[in-house]
Amino acid sequence: MNNVLTRRHFLKASALTSGGLMLEITLSGAALGEALGTLVGSKELNAWVQISSSGEITIYSSVPEMGQGIKTALPMIIAEEMGASWDDVTVLTADVDSARYGLQGAGGSTSIPRNFDSMRTMGASAREMLIGAASEALEVDRAELEAKDSQVIHLSGERLSFGALAALAVRQPVPDPATLSFKDPKAYTIIGTAVGGVDNLGIVLGQSKFGIDVDVPNMRYAAYARCPRLGGTAINFNEQAIRALPGVLDAFILAPDARTGQSSMSFLDGLAALQGGVAIVGEDTWSVLNAKSQLLVVWDESEASTDSWPEMKIEAQRLAGMSGGEVKRDHPVEAALAEPNNKVLEAFYEFPYVAHVCMEPMNCTVHYSAGTTSTAARMEVWVPSQFPGQVKEIAKNLLGLSEAQVTVNMTRMGGGFGRRAVHDFVAEAMAIAARTEGPVKLTWTRTDDIHQDFFRVGGFENMKAAVSPEGKLVAWDQHYIGFAHQGKAVIGSGLWGNEFSMTALPNARVTQSLIDIKTHCGAWRAPGANTNAFVEQSFLHELSVLAGRDHVEFLIELMGERRWLSDGNINALNTGRAIDVIQLAATKAGWGKPMPAGWGQGLAFYFCHAAHIAEVADVYVDANQNFKVGKVTVAVDVGPIINMSGAISQVQGAIIDGLSTMALQQITMTNGRINQDNFDQYQVMRIGATPAIEVHFIQSDYQSTGLGEPALPPLAPAVTNAIFAATGQRIRSMPLSQEGFTLV
Amino acid sequence: MQTYQLTVNGESHTTTSEPDKPLLWILRDQLKLKGTKYGCGIAQCGACTVHINGAAVRSCVLPISGVSGPITTIEGLAKNGLLHPLQSAWIEHDVPQCGYCQAGQIMSAAAMLAVNPRPTDADIDTAMAGNYCRVVLMFVFGARFIQLQEAIVLKGRLKHE
Repeated sequence: MNNVLTRRHFLKASALTSGGLMLEITLSGAALGEALGTLVGSKELNAWVQISSSGEITIYSSVPEMGQGIKTALPMIIAEEMGASWDDVTVLTADVDSARYGLQGAGGSTSIPRNFDSMRTMGASAREMLIGAASEALEVDRAELEAKDSQVIHLSGERLSFGALAALAVRQPVPDPATLSFKDPKAYTIIGTAVGGVDNLGIVLGQSKFGIDVDVPNMRYAAYARCPRLGGTAINFNEQAIRALPGVLDAFILAPDARTGQSSMSFLDGLAALQGGVAIVGEDTWSVLNAKSQLLVVWDESEASTDSWPEMKIEAQRLAGMSGGEVKRDHPVEAALAEPNNKVLEAFYEFPYVAHVCMEPMNCTVHYSAGTTSTAARMEVWVPSQFPGQVKEIAKNLLGLSEAQVTVNMTRMGGGFGRRAVHDFVAEAMAIAARTEGPVKLTWTRTDDIHQDFFRVGGFENMKAAVSPEGKLVAWDQHYIGFAHQGKAVIGSGLWGNEFSMTALPNARVTQSLIDIKTHCGAWRAPGANTNAFVEQSFLHELSVLAGRDHVEFLIELMGERRWLSDGNINALNTGRAIDVIQLAATKAGWGKPMPAGWGQGLAFYFCHAAHIAEVADVYVDANQNFKVGKVTVAVDVGPIINMSGAISQVQGAIIDGLSTMALQQITMTNGRINQDNFDQYQVMRIGATPAIEVHFIQSDYQSTGLGEPALPPLAPAVTNAIFAATGQRIRSMPLSQEGFTLV
Repeated sequence: MQTYQLTVNGESHTTTSEPDKPLLWILRDQLKLKGTKYGCGIAQCGACTVHINGAAVRSCVLPISGVSGPITTIEGLAKNGLLHPLQSAWIEHDVPQCGYCQAGQIMSAAAMLAVNPRPTDADIDTAMAGNYCRVVLMFVFGARFIQLQEAIVLKGRLKHE
């Protein structure tokens, strides 16, 4: 590894579509030249780490930040492994550059497991270069040196700061990743501690820049009106009147364009067809929003959606009476269901469409410069996106631009939750920019944001099960009724195969029917899991009651022996980890303790995103069906925690988000039009309803996995199970506001 | 178009505008004070909260012609290099997640504390009921622990990206 030639090696992380990650050494002539070029007079130890001679350590955050805390967590891993003192670290957002940083995306709670090894490789590589520099400067063997507290320290006690070593360190050979060794986790001083978000100061001062805050010289502002019924196109509009309004510079129709929805990356569903509509460009945001409110558009609705929620429900109820179309799992259940000594229960569950309502509405800024005879066309994009690199494909499909012609800047996001994994608003901004001189920022209104969402899909499950006279679950017959686009299940609809009923339950038959729709659907914080958990974990509680058994004991018995359901697969359920979190949540919540009048406790467990999580809700219900969640006790096993403060925040946030959603939120549509327009009709929980939340981590020795999503799914069934315990009333449909229960 | 004199964070500004343009967009697009956020445009979410004469108002529905007094935005809350105690508490308790609603939360809480330095839980719930957040619990604690905090000298690194 001391071979001078290896300094020319270029560390490059690239993601595999499976979610795995490999490190490559690129030795091609071009990369070699590029790597050397960046090293001359540079502070750069690798693409993620720079050290100045004054000792300031800059770590680049390559994964987009939307509130999940990854901009703090990943740099912590690098700093830990290189022996940096966290106080010396400044974190900056990296450029969007897939050649340098691999896949820069955030979704599926995968950023920690996908990047952990590459981050500590970057940290260890930087550390070895600093140690190499110190070895040279002190003329001692590198085995006698260690990196700690932003210093390299010799056995003798002699020490050199990282800053003093910086110039020499960048000239050290880049180590072969295969030769790197990593810190013993017992020696960690940063990983596992509670570290505040790196942007907190900027946020509380109002200086952190979100996408909507982008401001570039000579920027125009744009608004875009789509047909209120999805899929309609604009024929004409009151163009003269609109152009005459103050601050309006231009107004024009955009035709729909399916090309912007064509993606070469099949594992991401992040591109969407440009919807037809009317664009307004003006001098400031208010001018274009004001003009938009005065638009009179004649729409062609011949191809528009006719989806209606009431009709979907009627169709689902019809299908519930039939056996499912597709058989996902086929254990014989008929005999047990027909056995007269068994107790049989049948229940129909329902969950609504919901919106993302990221606090920052969708927006995108684009500067397009058309090419001339002597210069190539160029585009620069500023976008709050969960997968910012993917927007280059839209520029290619829409305007024929190559990757090299497009520069993408990722901004902090005011929430993501899966919405910012779809880039319909980027296609709109690019199409508007292509007709606008200079840069232009498209801002959606809240109503645009709700109407044009890629919703968490609604759905239904018809459940039937039998318990034996001994109280054992002997048959489970689950019929999922979901939604599809042209026959293909939309994201979040249907069962994926790793659900509890699909993997762990004995004697289970699982079938699925799909109803074709046009309504846009997308990933919404723990897609699939956030609705299936409600059905599965509520129904299991119903069965424990039917069997006359304690819920905790009933669930643990179902887990059976402690084992991985799929060996060596971190994404499979481990029944031992499940049992441990169920028992811990129950113990910490005082499960079984006497509750005051009107109070009940409810439990739910769910496994998704490689996380085992159990939650117990303490809920009070008064005579008027006002309900208050007093406390939620959470037990989590996602392996070792990287940032304790961030991890607690993610769990608390998921509980609040989950409660707000299950208690208050529903999107309905009538003949293709979304019925909710703004926050007055689509409520978010307010401060007074916030429960106490107690979080307990089991830091098992398994790989660290993500926590952005998986604490949300168990919340809804824990609350409805608690309401049953308090009142004897079973809730099989969300939101609770539609079931006569008011969150207070 | 009419001419308006505004005092924002102690500085005087002259601006021309349609009389019905909400203060939010004057602040954001004309004065380039981007800390005050757009969230709904109908005074439901509180992301646009600023102070006028010290009181919390929703700038998304307040036309510029209706502004009658000095304005403080999130950018003006820290004074003379000192963070407002709420800003210190927010950092101390690692309150923000995505951070988008936080300026509005802090401005609502600061207006309450200015007239009610020792609020009860019920006072806090009332004062903060106009502010939406999808995820944050910690601002509850941030607001409740505020009495324990002293103003601290602005420190740490702030990078403009």
